[in-house]
Amino acid sequence: MTDTAQDMLPSGPAVKGKLSRDDIIMRGSMIIIALYLVVSLVFPLYAMLSKSFSTYRVELSQYEFQVSNEAGRFDGTILTGAELNARTNTFADADLSTGADGRLPVTGFFPDFSFRSPVMYQIRNTTDTGRFLIGSNLQTGTDWVTLDSNTFRRVQLRPVKAQGLDNFVSYFSTPALFNSIKNSLWIAVLSTVVTVSLAFWFAYALNRSCMKYKGVFRLIAMAPILVPSLLPGIALVYLFGNQGMIKELLFGASIYGPIGIVIGSVFFTFPHAFIIISTALAISDARLYEAAASLRSSPWRTFWTVTVPGARYGLISAAFVVFNLVITDFGLPKVIGGQFNVLAVDIYKQVIGQQNFEMGAVVSVVLVIPAILAFAIDRLVQSKQVALLSARSVPYEPQPNKKMDRIFFAYCTLIGIFIAGLLAVCQFAALIKFWPYDLSLSLNNYQFDRMDGGGWGSYVNSIKLALMTAVAGTAVVFFGAYLVEKSKGFRTGRALFQMFAMLPMAIPGMVLGLAYIFFFNNPANPLNAIYGTMAILVVCTVTHFYTVSHLTAVTALKQMDREFESVAASLKQPTMKLFARVTVPVCLPAVLDISIYLFVNAMTTVSAVVFLYSPKTTLASIAVLNMDDAGDIAPAAAMGMMIFYTNALARIIHLLASRGILKKTQAWRSR
Amino acid sequence: MKQKASFLTALALTMTTASAGLAETELTVYTAVEAEDLARYAETFNQSHPDIHINWVRDSTGIITAKLLAERDNPQADVVWGLAATSLLLLKSEGMLEPYAPAGVENLDPKFVDGDNPPSWVGMDAWVASVCYNTVEAEKLGLTPPTSWKDLTDPQYAGHVIMPNPNSSGTGFLDVSSWLQMFGEEEGWKFMDALHENIARYTHSGSKPCKLAAAGEIPIGISFAFRGAKSKAEGAPLEIIVPSEGVGWDMEATAIVAGTANLEAAQKLVDFTVTKEANEMYNTGYAVVAYPGVAKPVEHFPEGLLDAMIDNDFEFAANNRAAILKEWQARYDGKSEAQ
Repeated sequence: MTDTAQDMLPSGPAVKGKLSRDDIIMRGSMIIIALYLVVSLVFPLYAMLSKSFSTYRVELSQYEFQVSNEAGRFDGTILTGAELNARTNTFADADLSTGADGRLPVTGFFPDFSFRSPVMYQIRNTTDTGRFLIGSNLQTGTDWVTLDSNTFRRVQLRPVKAQGLDNFVSYFSTPALFNSIKNSLWIAVLSTVVTVSLAFWFAYALNRSCMKYKGVFRLIAMAPILVPSLLPGIALVYLFGNQGMIKELLFGASIYGPIGIVIGSVFFTFPHAFIIISTALAISDARLYEAAASLRSSPWRTFWTVTVPGARYGLISAAFVVFNLVITDFGLPKVIGGQFNVLAVDIYKQVIGQQNFEMGAVVSVVLVIPAILAFAIDRLVQSKQVALLSARSVPYEPQPNKKMDRIFFAYCTLIGIFIAGLLAVCQFAALIKFWPYDLSLSLNNYQFDRMDGGGWGSYVNSIKLALMTAVAGTAVVFFGAYLVEKSKGFRTGRALFQMFAMLPMAIPGMVLGLAYIFFFNNPANPLNAIYGTMAILVVCTVTHFYTVSHLTAVTALKQMDREFESVAASLKQPTMKLFARVTVPVCLPAVLDISIYLFVNAMTTVSAVVFLYSPKTTLASIAVLNMDDAGDIAPAAAMGMMIFYTNALARIIHLLASRGILKKTQAWRSR
Repeated sequence: MKQKASFLTALALTMTTASAGLAETELTVYTAVEAEDLARYAETFNQSHPDIHINWVRDSTGIITAKLLAERDNPQADVVWGLAATSLLLLKSEGMLEPYAPAGVENLDPKFVDGDNPPSWVGMDAWVASVCYNTVEAEKLGLTPPTSWKDLTDPQYAGHVIMPNPNSSGTGFLDVSSWLQMFGEEEGWKFMDALHENIARYTHSGSKPCKLAAAGEIPIGISFAFRGAKSKAEGAPLEIIVPSEGVGWDMEATAIVAGTANLEAAQKLVDFTVTKEANEMYNTGYAVVAYPGVAKPVEHFPEGLLDAMIDNDFEFAANNRAAILKEWQARYDGKSEAQ
C-alpha cells in the first residue's frame, strides 16, 4: 500500500471487517484476562510437569579412580566408575537414579577395601559437572584427589540433573507411595456413595415432603461449607479418639484412618451434594406422578421409575463433585488419617518433609488424572441433560403424609445433629482448659500468639486475603465472563478462554500450590517478586476457585439478551458504559454471590496455599493445620471455629447487603 | 550570621546521620528459631552491634531447608542462624556455606563445632530425644514405666507408643539415626521392627507425640525433652524418661551463606553467636548449649540427660539420610494401618 494508492481511494467508512474501537477494547481486555489465566494456571502447571521429569542420576562414567599398592605407589591404571561397577556389580541401575539428596558410597567398587589398609586411592571428576563428597565437603574440579583408605570410605558420589521417566519408575516401584492411589480411590468412592445417599434423602425430605422446619434444616446443612475441611477431623478426635467422649461407639476400632476420613468427608462434602441434588429434585412434572398413580404403580415403583430418573443428572453430578472433593482434600486425612496414606498427603510429605520436589510433582501428576477424569465425565453428563420441564408441565407439589413426614423429620434431625454436633464439639473443646484432665472453662486456647501458626496475625491475614480475593476475584471473573459471553466474533479466542476458565476446577489445590512454587520461585522469572507475598496468595486463590465463579457469572449473563449490546451500539454508547450502567447492576445478585463464594473459600482453603504462605502471610486455616500438627489440638479447634463465625457473619452481611441493594437495583424485576 | 552557623550545624548533623544511616548494614538471616525468641536475639545482638540490622526470614526447619536448597544458585540469605545441623550439613555438601572460624570458637564444646578447619558451621544449643510418659493413663492401663529403648518393644505397650515419622520430622529422623548408630545397622532395624509392632501411629511433627501423651491420647510419646518439660510445666501428668542406652540429639547451628555480599557483617554476627552472652540467651529455651558451664538447669528437665547424649555422627546422618529414609519408608510406611 503506497501513499498514492491511498490518495486515489475515496475516503469513507470501510464496509466490512473493520473492528470498532469497542471491539478492540473488548478483545484486548479478553486477551489480558486470558493471559492472566495462562500465567496463573497454564505456565505453573507446565513447570510442574517438566519438574516431574527432572531426575537426579549418578553418572558413574563421570568419575575416574586409581588404586595404589601397599607402598602407596600408583601404577597409572585408570578405571572409570562405570567400569568398576560393571566388574563388581555393586549397584543395580535403579540404585543410580536417586533424589536431589542422593549419595552413593564407593568402597563397594573395591572388594579388597579396608579402611585400615595402607593402600591409597585417587579420584577425580572427568567433567566440570561431576560432583562428589569427601565427608560433607563438595568436590567439583577435575583434578585428582589423593586419599588414604580411611578417608576414602567417606567419599560419596552425588547425582547430576537429568531428564527422564526415572521418577515415575521409582514412584510405581515404591509400594508405600503406590498404595496411596488405591487408598485414595477407595476412600473417595466410599465417601461418595455414603454422602450422595445421605444427601439424596435429605434433599428429598426438604423438597418432597411436608415436614416442618425445612428452613432450619437447610441452614444447618449448609454450615460445613463455612469451615475448613480439617475441622470435622478435630471434632472426631474429641469424640472418638482414645480420650474421646463417646469412643465406645466405635467398638474398639480406631478413628485414625479410613473410618475417620470417611466420616469427616461426609461432613464437609454434604452441602455440595445437597445443593446439587436439591436443585435436581426441586423441579419435576406432576403429570408424571399422576400418570403413575393412575397406572396403579406402587409408591416404591414410582420412586424408582419417576423420581430417581428425573434426578439422575443431579445424582451423577453430585457424585463426581464429591469424589473430586474427597480425593483432592488434604486437610482431613492429614488430621485424622493416621497411618492411612493418601495422595494429597503424600505430596505434602514429599515436599515439606523431604524436600523432594520432583517426587512431589510426580504424585501431583498422578493425582491430577482421577480429578480430571471425574471432571470430564461430569461435564459430559451435564451436556447431555435435556430440559425436564416443558411449557405444559405442571409443577409437582408434595402432599402431607403424616407417617412419612414424621420419618423424614426424624431422619433430617439425625443429619442435623451430626452436622451441628461436630461443630458444637469443636467449640466445646476450644473452651476446655486441658482435656481430659482439667475440664474447667477457659479462654486459654484463644491465646494464639503463644502457639505455632502465626497467632492472631494469621486470622487478620486471612480476613485480608478473603476480602482481597472477593474484590479482585469478582472483578476479574465477572468482567472475563462478560467479555466471553457478549463480544462479537472471535470464536476461537472465546472457545480457548472458556477452556482455560474450566480448567481450574479439575486441578487439585495441592497441585496448584506446588506448581506455583516451581513457576514463581524461580529467580529467572520476572514475576518472582510476588513469591512470598499476599499477592501470590490472592492470585492462587482466585485461580483455584475460578471455574465455579465463572459459571455463576455466565449463567447470569446468559439471562440478558444480546439486544442490549445492539441497542447500545445503535445509540453510539461504548460497551464499557453499558457494562457499568446496565449489565453490572442487573447481574448484581450474581456478582454478590460470586464475591461471597470467593470470600468463604479464601477463609477455609488450606491445600492451595499451604506451600505458598510466608512467615508474614500466615493464614488462619493454615494455623489450624499447624497447631494441630504441633499437637495443640484445642487451639486448632478454637481457630477453626473463628473461621466459622467469620464466614457466618460474612454470610449474614451478604444477605442483608443483597436485600438492600436488590431493592434498589432489581425493582424492575417486579411490576 | 548566627543563623547561618546554626544552619551549617544542622546541615552537618543531617549529613552525619545520613552517613550513619548508610553505614548500617542489613543482613538477611534465615532461621527456624521460635518466632517469640527472635526479637530477643536481635535486641541482644544490637546492643553490641547497633549498625547491623537483621531481617529475619523464619519458618519451620523443613521449609527453611527447602527454601535454601531451592535458592542454591541464587542465594538470598546472608547468614543462617538457628537451623538444624543436619540441614546445614546438606547445605555444606552443596558447597553453599562459607567456612569461617569465629573469634572465640575455641571456647565451645568441640561436639558443637564442625570438624573441618575452618569450620563451616558452629552449634548453638541442642535438642535431645526423650520419652514422655503419662503416668495417669499408664496406671489405668496397668503399664510399668520403661527405662530403656529396648523396653519399649515389650508387648505390654502394644498400641500405646507414638513417635514422629522421620520422613517429615527432624526429631523422628534423629531418633532413627541414633538407634542405627547405637545398636548398629542390623540390630537397629531389628529394634525398629519390634517397636513398630507397638506404635499406634507415626505423627508428622516432632512435638505432637509428647503433646498427645500429655493429653492422655497415647500414654507414651517419643519426642524431645524440652517439649516434655514444657507440657509438664503446664500441668500434664508426665514423666520424662531418658532411655538408658542413650539418646539422639540434633543441634541448632549458625553458618555464613557462601556468596554473601555482606561478609564482614555476617562474620560479626557469627562472632557474636558463639559468645558466652549469646549462649546465655539460648539457655532460656534450651537446656543444653554449646558454651560449657553456661547452661542453668531448666525446670522439669530430666536429670542425666547430658550424659545420655550419644556421640552423634552428623556426617553419618547426613550422608545416609536418603538411604535410611527410603529403607524406613519401605519397612513401615507401606503398611497402611499399624494397628
